[in-house]
Amino acid sequence: MIKKLNTPLTNQDIESLRAGDIVLITGTIYTARDAAHKRLVELIEKGEKLPFDPKNAIIYYTGPAPKKPGRVIGPCGPTSSYRMDPYSPYLMKEGVRVMIGKGDRSDSFYKALKDYKSVYFQATGGAATLISEAVKDVTLIAYPDLGAEAVYEFTVENFKAIVTNDSIGGNLPLENRKKYQK
Amino acid sequence: MRKIDLKLIEDTVAELLYDACVNLNEKELKALEKAKLEEKSEIGKDIIGQILENDYLACKLNLPLCQDTGQAVIFLEVGSEVIFDGNLEDAINKGIAKAYTLGYLRKSVVSNPLTRVNTGDNTPAIIHTKIVPGDKIKITAAPKGGGAENCSALKMMIPADGIEGIKKFVLETVEKAGGKPCPPILVGVGIGGNLEKAAMLAKEAIILREIDDVAEGEAERKLEQELLEAINNLGIGPMGLGGTKTALAVKVNTYPCHIASLPVAVNLQCHAMRHKVKVI
Repeated sequence: MIKKLNTPLTNQDIESLRAGDIVLITGTIYTARDAAHKRLVELIEKGEKLPFDPKNAIIYYTGPAPKKPGRVIGPCGPTSSYRMDPYSPYLMKEGVRVMIGKGDRSDSFYKALKDYKSVYFQATGGAATLISEAVKDVTLIAYPDLGAEAVYEFTVENFKAIVTNDSIGGNLPLENRKKYQK
Repeated sequence: MRKIDLKLIEDTVAELLYDACVNLNEKELKALEKAKLEEKSEIGKDIIGQILENDYLACKLNLPLCQDTGQAVIFLEVGSEVIFDGNLEDAINKGIAKAYTLGYLRKSVVSNPLTRVNTGDNTPAIIHTKIVPGDKIKITAAPKGGGAENCSALKMMIPADGIEGIKKFVLETVEKAGGKPCPPILVGVGIGGNLEKAAMLAKEAIILREIDDVAEGEAERKLEQELLEAINNLGIGPMGLGGTKTALAVKVNTYPCHIASLPVAVNLQCHAMRHKVKVI
């Protein structure tokens, strides 16, 4: 099923998603990958404020290539999500409910998805230029010293992703792979 | 002796790397088109469709197809009659810095794996040099992304493990990788030699061989076919979301080894199979 999602997301928006749904996101998403996650979790542990409002927020795991003149952003496909597994539950606890990346994640992450009624989407790895077309505006939010790994706010229009893991334990890769196993 | 100007090497390396990041070769595009037709899963078909749309768009807009423009792997075949007027390695690294800074490519190299500070210009390259007869130099440039490389593996097996053991190890590696190396992938398998030789064989299998070629040896050819079938029967599919096209090809390269040994390396290559070649 194709679902249009507009941010800010409601609890109902998030919890009604099911593994296998295709989503087209319009609104605000935040980028963060390895180094930014490390710093965000350090802030949480110190009890300090995050550089963005985490309530029902969407985090996209990407480290864009530099932008050429005339472009909004450089190519910005998803990076492998499993590297963020140690950090994700801390962010979910603060209110982050949607994470977008690529590839399988750990069982402990999937359990945290259920605990925090959160969802994991995958975007197509390597389709970085195509994905960059959905990004309409970019603002640097934190950690400029990290370059491509800084936290950016993306304003997106119809950013395409697939719900691979929903808030009730649905796991698209697990279910769909079985169909094609011989 | 033929003297080759290092400026020419520098410019060629820059040009090849930029071209590789932006323009996927015709043969690789064809393999993806074929996979899209043959993929049984609707989701998988849609994903390969997005990959192709992206690859054509990147070429049209003159932008890198993937934001991970890799660490540069450079294969050199240097004619023994060639001399250089300075440091060849420096010239290659200058070419890399030029491609990545002027070409808006992502700098993804840290100067030290322990302290992890970005070098800022994507240098240094990983360079493999072979001396061959003649007065030419052949340069193959391959930006290798981190995602698929991270899922690669090496195992020092024993002769008793045999071909069945090799297959099991390759399948385990691909299955464990799942969607992480951005399938549909290329699977390079290096068998024999020793620890480092096996890894080199696997790397050469995915970068130096053509996607549509087959191994020369009969045993290797048979193993390539059997592995491809077995890998695609795992059901992992495009981006790991289920399907019949997990790998586009398996390449097996072998080398003589010690009577006690059976080294096996598996090097995975994502669907952005980027490499360009030039002979000077």
